[in-house]
Amino acid sequence: MLLRHTPKEITERKALVINPAKTCQPIGAMYAALGIHGCLPHSHGAQGCCAYHRSALTRHYKEPISASTSSFTEGASVFGGHSNLLQAINNIFTVYEPEVIAIHTTCLSETIGDDLKQIRTKAQKEGKIPAGKYVFGASTPSYVGSHVTGFSNMVKAMTEFAESTGKKNGKVNIIPGWVEPADMEEIKRMAKLTGVKSILFPDTSGVLNTPLTGEYKMFPDGGTTVAELKSTGDSVGTLALGEWCSADAAIELDKKNKVPCKVLDMPFGLKATDRFVDALRKIAGVTVSDELALERGQLVDMISDMHEYFYHKKVALVGDPDQLIAMTEFLVSIDICPVHIITGTPGKKFEKRIREITRDMPFEVNVKAKGDMFLLHQWIKNDPVDLLMGNTYCKYIARDEDVPLVRWGFPILDRQGHQYFPTVGYKGGLRLLEKILAALLDRKDRDDPEIKFELIL
Amino acid sequence: MATMTKKKLVQWDPADVKAELLSKYPPKVARKRAKQIMINEALENETPEITANVRTTPGIITMRGCTYAGCKGVIMGPTRDFVNIVHGPIGCSFYAWLTRRNQTDPGSDGENYMPYCFSTDMQDSDIIFGGEKKLTQAIQEAYDQFHPKSISIFATCPVGLIGDDIHTVAKNMKEKFGDCNVFAFSCEGYKGVSQSAGHHIANNQIFRHVVGENNEEKPGKYKINLLGEYNIGGDGFEINRIFKKCGITNIATFSGNSTYDQFASCHTADLNVVMCHRSINYVADMLETKYGIPWIKINFIGSEATAKSLRKIAEYFGDKEFIDRVEAVITEEMPAVEAAREEILPRTEGKTAMLFVGGSRAHHYQELFKEMGMKIISAGYEFAHRDDYEGRQVLPHLKLDADSRNIEELKVTADETLYNPRKSPEEMKAMQEAGVKFKHYEGMAPDMDQGTLVIDDLNQYEAEKLVELLKPDLFCAGIKEKYSIQKLGVPMKQLHSYDSGGPYAGFKGAINFYHEIDRLVNSKVWSYMKAPWQENPQLSAAYVWE
Ligand code: SF4
Ligand code: SF4
Repeated sequence: MLLRHTPKEITERKALVINPAKTCQPIGAMYAALGIHGCLPHSHGAQGCCAYHRSALTRHYKEPISASTSSFTEGASVFGGHSNLLQAINNIFTVYEPEVIAIHTTCLSETIGDDLKQIRTKAQKEGKIPAGKYVFGASTPSYVGSHVTGFSNMVKAMTEFAESTGKKNGKVNIIPGWVEPADMEEIKRMAKLTGVKSILFPDTSGVLNTPLTGEYKMFPDGGTTVAELKSTGDSVGTLALGEWCSADAAIELDKKNKVPCKVLDMPFGLKATDRFVDALRKIAGVTVSDELALERGQLVDMISDMHEYFYHKKVALVGDPDQLIAMTEFLVSIDICPVHIITGTPGKKFEKRIREITRDMPFEVNVKAKGDMFLLHQWIKNDPVDLLMGNTYCKYIARDEDVPLVRWGFPILDRQGHQYFPTVGYKGGLRLLEKILAALLDRKDRDDPEIKFELIL
Repeated sequence: MATMTKKKLVQWDPADVKAELLSKYPPKVARKRAKQIMINEALENETPEITANVRTTPGIITMRGCTYAGCKGVIMGPTRDFVNIVHGPIGCSFYAWLTRRNQTDPGSDGENYMPYCFSTDMQDSDIIFGGEKKLTQAIQEAYDQFHPKSISIFATCPVGLIGDDIHTVAKNMKEKFGDCNVFAFSCEGYKGVSQSAGHHIANNQIFRHVVGENNEEKPGKYKINLLGEYNIGGDGFEINRIFKKCGITNIATFSGNSTYDQFASCHTADLNVVMCHRSINYVADMLETKYGIPWIKINFIGSEATAKSLRKIAEYFGDKEFIDRVEAVITEEMPAVEAAREEILPRTEGKTAMLFVGGSRAHHYQELFKEMGMKIISAGYEFAHRDDYEGRQVLPHLKLDADSRNIEELKVTADETLYNPRKSPEEMKAMQEAGVKFKHYEGMAPDMDQGTLVIDDLNQYEAEKLVELLKPDLFCAGIKEKYSIQKLGVPMKQLHSYDSGGPYAGFKGAINFYHEIDRLVNSKVWSYMKAPWQENPQLSAAYVWE
């Protein structure tokens, strides 16, 4: 047993988090910033945070993650990090020559109370920001929210670039939320198929799924350009995918640049994708292409073909709010029953949404925001499941409880494919079903007694 | 910034390489970095000076982590029966959760908290009003839930700033429980300049709170402690296998696969052998001063180095029977190593490598590469001090800067009851005359060829430049460096966590490493960078069937 000290009996914990189902804000900010073309994320704090965030993202993507740090030492921690940051800005533009530096704070610089805007103004005055280059930043204290909050804060900060020229650009802003590079690619493809011109931000496709050619580009070809970010102020509207990840940025654009917005769920599964496509269609005033309709039909077809294996299977889920909401809805829609659902990210709304989605399910549902994976494991011990879905840390539970695991979420440290094959949209739905079926049926083939072992499933 | 390694390797003068590395920096940075890049002259004990253990320049993409990482991640990470609670916001604890590949055997008592991650998950109210109450509660909850032998507390950056008194909280809880040793580490990430400070803070507290707690005599004739071995990829298991075969009893490993009791009884050993000089040499010194246990530097990376280290241990105990047994083990183990070496040698000989890792591995692994006939053209440490480069003779000349002064040096004196010099002064003198070197480490530089580049705290920019200019066949560093190097078409091996695989220590480890490096430098994948149409882009005509 790996998690041998986890008892079945649940006792309340008020202060101790065990096996967290979240991490800290800056890593989300770093991931978001990598979705801007030519951008170097910068961590304003001591150098450990940056090292940890880069390592975690590197292990998940198997790609180089460049990001710099203010390398605070004791002095900076007492007197503030102004001079460290000014020095860093100068060194970064001289040595690495990015287009943009996206600064996020850390617990340390937040506790000290460093003011990013003030430091930027000083850098500007001192001529440390070359002409045509940009420095912007987000406040990301990790003692508030989670990595999801950090992502959202950085995306919101990107709206600073938005300009209103008075002339609409005929485009729709799409804020994809914290999804994989492959998902961002897929969202762009779906918009294109629907005939919608879009600006996707952030966009990590082409940044965190780059080819091996013998050439290293510190700033790869992908990412939303600054020109595009500026243009978001002239778009006809914004679709924000995911309330936790994307809504704040969309609302900010609405407030600041009068770009109206709509907040949708992340397009995982049939119904959420339907809503996304429908919204795109209405904004652009177009008929949905036959191609997309075909993809939808294929997904429905697979659901019907394999429904017997989905029906009333119990699933435990752990991950981030936006993803979990859409996934829960998808599972319920195919008659799989999510019975334990945990996110580490706080937010009362989350529990409410999940309760609504699972209202008519035949089994009781355990749901908790601000939960941890220790509790999830205990729930599973008390009420076993047929399948577990979540990040790589779930494999310790999966092995101990002998439950099949579908890896989905962040971080995935031990399998590949997430950066290449989308799980959003209809095509992504097919892939999710393929994974779920493979896990369930591999288990069935393993467990069925010989006389019941079957060729055709 | 895009770099391609298409140029053919030209013969670079090391001075030109150095100049090239510095050319793009702002003058202030260039001046500082110049002192950390040393062209090795490999003159016996006359190595030129290198600057090390100094602050990283803000904005320069460093390989380094923080003090907390050195304390919680490196030293305390592999201790299996401690409940290690990180006091701070959630991230610091999350990232140190199972990410270092320390292997663990829960043993017969079955206590193993390593797959767990504990945090007080501080919220803004804790930052504003202080986190002591929450910490107290968290310790209580951990105790009620697990009843461990020991609970240790790690401070992350904000904790130091808001002034939580973690040591008093720990002391109070220890008194309250009576059967659980609770103590804390002030290892905030901004202290010191690298992980190295964290090693020191961790070791100090283990020495202060745990060492000497159990005076029970352990069975065994040749009793040692293995200091500075972290059981990455099972290295410690392989070393223990060899020890067992030789009849050596390993009382405590600091700190791979370690337990509370190992630390508590380490003062009953008769010799300390030091693997990673950087992270632990001061513990060896303290164990000698307080308990009278001498220490020698050993290295179990490389088959020859392993044999040599075993002989050193045998020589120390000086028992004929023991010496013979060690020789028998070496004789038994070496043929398999030799066979593996001969098999790969034709494919690895003459290849070049660069090593930038840790505080001792950049040195230790040179042994293995030598056995494979490979040349090290550049190497350096991430968080070492000058003595690790140039040898311990520089110790008296080291200047203490403000950052180092922050890290406590424990004042240790001989223990009134437990001090027991294992060898008399005469015996020590005789052994020294016979060539046994106590408290001795020569550092990395003397082992490196003339004209090689020794670089401290290498950063991403310099790494990329080095690879571009010198085009090594292999680059070794950590996870953050891995893929930018490999994008250049050069294989990269992680020598912190080994990517996957291991052990690489000892005899079996050497065989594993030979195969692993053979695989890496000879993988066919490096020949697939260009598609056939990129290599031969000429077209004869449109729609012509050839
Ligand atoms: S200090 Fe804060 S920002 Fe840094 S790793 Fe820890 S939780 Fe994250
Ligand atoms: S907050 Fe401090 S202790 Fe935590 S990872 Fe960052 S530098 Fe290290």
